Amino acid sequence: MIATLQIFLIISAALFSIGLLAALSRRHAIFILIGIEMMLAAANLNFIAFWQFSPVRAPQPVGVMFVIFTIAIAAAEAAVGLAMVIAVYRHFRTTNVDQLTRLKG
Amino acid sequence: MTDWITRNVWLVPATPIVAALLILGFGKHARRAATGVAILGQIAALIVSTCAFVPTLHSHEFRAFENFTWFTFGEQSLRIGFVLDPLAAAMMVMITLVGLCIFVFSLGYMADDKNFSRFFAYLSFFSGAMLGVVVANSLLLLFVFWELVGLASYLLIGFWIERPSAAAAAKKAFITTRIGDMGFFLGILWLYHQSGTLLFYDGGHGCLENVALLGASSTFIALLIFCGAAGKSGQFPLHVWLPDAMEGPTPVSALIHAATMVAAGVFLVARVYPIFSAGAVNGVTSSLIVVVWIGVVTGLMAALIAVAQSDIKRILAYSTVSQLGLMMVSLGVGGVAAGIMHLLAHGFFKALLFLGAGSVIHGLHHEQDIRKMGGLRKLMPVTFATYAVGMLALSGVPFFFSGGWTKEEVLHATSHWPSSHVPYFLLLLGVVLTALYMTRQVMYVFFGSSRAGSDHHAHESPSVMTVPLIILALCAIGLSIFLTPAWPWLESYLLGHEAHIDAHLLLQPMILVSLVLVGAGIGLGFWLYRRAGEVDPLQQKVPAVYRFLENKMWIDEIYEHTILALAAFASRVSDWMDRYIWDGLVRVIGGIGQIFGALTKGADEGVINAGVDETTVGARGVGRAMSRLHSGQIQIYLGVIALGMLALFLFYAWLT
Repeated sequence: MIATLQIFLIISAALFSIGLLAALSRRHAIFILIGIEMMLAAANLNFIAFWQFSPVRAPQPVGVMFVIFTIAIAAAEAAVGLAMVIAVYRHFRTTNVDQLTRLKG
Repeated sequence: MTDWITRNVWLVPATPIVAALLILGFGKHARRAATGVAILGQIAALIVSTCAFVPTLHSHEFRAFENFTWFTFGEQSLRIGFVLDPLAAAMMVMITLVGLCIFVFSLGYMADDKNFSRFFAYLSFFSGAMLGVVVANSLLLLFVFWELVGLASYLLIGFWIERPSAAAAAKKAFITTRIGDMGFFLGILWLYHQSGTLLFYDGGHGCLENVALLGASSTFIALLIFCGAAGKSGQFPLHVWLPDAMEGPTPVSALIHAATMVAAGVFLVARVYPIFSAGAVNGVTSSLIVVVWIGVVTGLMAALIAVAQSDIKRILAYSTVSQLGLMMVSLGVGGVAAGIMHLLAHGFFKALLFLGAGSVIHGLHHEQDIRKMGGLRKLMPVTFATYAVGMLALSGVPFFFSGGWTKEEVLHATSHWPSSHVPYFLLLLGVVLTALYMTRQVMYVFFGSSRAGSDHHAHESPSVMTVPLIILALCAIGLSIFLTPAWPWLESYLLGHEAHIDAHLLLQPMILVSLVLVGAGIGLGFWLYRRAGEVDPLQQKVPAVYRFLENKMWIDEIYEHTILALAAFASRVSDWMDRYIWDGLVRVIGGIGQIFGALTKGADEGVINAGVDETTVGARGVGRAMSRLHSGQIQIYLGVIALGMLALFLFYAWLT
């Protein structure tokens, strides 16, 4: 089985879809965060794949650079997101997003 | 000292005015303080006046003035000042001396009045205002004090304000004199327009020093100023207020009739005499002719009316009007010194007569009708003696009484008037009438027996009232020393001449004429009224004439039916115009405004407000709809984003 761009894209699309499904369906805030992380991972995979299989070989590892930045930002995002979850839990004694509807119009 | 007083002659009017303000500040209950301050103020004014009098004796034609700038507007500056000359000095001494006697008399006369201290405040103010008129060196400043005199007279005539007649008399006095003052003010404006200055004396630049510049307008200016003088001095046809002014307390009548109010008019004419005599031919100008004839008419008319009055004060009031007419005649025929001398002498004996009348009224518990008096000679000996002196002086008995000499001077001046001899003969008739009505009054009050029994309780007044009477009586006699033709000291002093003694002039043929006429008047009076009852002998003999005179020649009624009726008609017309024409116009304009208001109200409510309302309703609906989308469910938001992304993808795919 030869690794081609299509395979990576399919895997990436599957990963994104699973992440989206998780983010949309789970009720627990932390699982939503995990879903978002999965979508980010899918995007990272796309970056690497397009970089690896591009017909013109870039002299610098451009795709890797993008991914490294994304991972760093994702780490920061996860830290902020978890902190918010903890704060929300302390305040509302729940992390169930169905019940957190204070921003309702 | 001489220098100081000539520069500070304003102190004379200032002292009584300050006293008046102090008394008003003390309040109602400080009676002792009020009298103390008033009398001290008057004494101080008398002392300062005397100090000011002394330097005028030293040199002939003495005249000192002190001018200063009152205010400046643009290029022009208005200057006022004070003047000291024989005319002012003599008047000041007379006013303060007579004023002092009246103040002291008031102590007794007003002792029971509840507004005692207010009375003294007004009295001081009155005296101060009059002194201001005398020392003013500017026609404008004179006018200011002139109006203050008018105000003071209003306050004092209406002093017993709770009496409707007193309030009406005060108003009448104020308004009648105001009519004259209107002319006076126009004269001031005209004079200022012509001469550019209102200062009397200004080292050669004053309006009295350059009357030649006025030209023909001097006649009109003089006549306008004379309007003011006629109003204040009660000349025909503005004399009607003077007899009514008797509603005031008797000391006020004395002050008005002797020293202050009425003297102001005569003084004014004497002060601005150069304007009257400007361009005189043979000593006669048209303005002076008017002055003479007004004076003659006033003098004779008032003397006639006085014969038929029964109120003790009213008789004296008409005698004042008559004497003022005499003074005006004297001024008009060129006898300025004679007129002023008569004014000064009249000040003393008229104050004496009024205070004497006040003493009688006080003794009879406010009975004023002479027909109910009688036989007071024995009950009130001091009052009788002093009153007799005043009566003889007023009648013009020669040799012993000041009034006789001054009246002689006036007649002398009138007889030489080149224009006409009629005034002289009419004045002679006035002399007889004066002697007649004064004799009548004295006969009624002091002789015979009691008529209505009102004298049972009559008593002589306390010495606080009789001492001023005695002082004034002594003045009325003693002043004649300075008035005789043999040694015409006062006349020379006023004219700025040296007085010479010439005993031959003491007896002149004309004095015999006066003697005969006065004797005739007094004799006629004695004969007519020797057994007068409650009905006047004249009334029995010539009832029609008596009624005519008793009703003051119906002048008040004539005014009521002509001028006042005209004024009432004019005010009714104005009222109608105001009610229907002007008010109608205003209503039409208001109606147009109201229609416009309704229109704009409709536009505002129907269009603008409704538009704004609909917009807000729409915005609110949209807001409500939109807010429903915000469920707060974070996953729905996320799902919508995902769907949107999917739609974008599909759109993109469809494009390629």
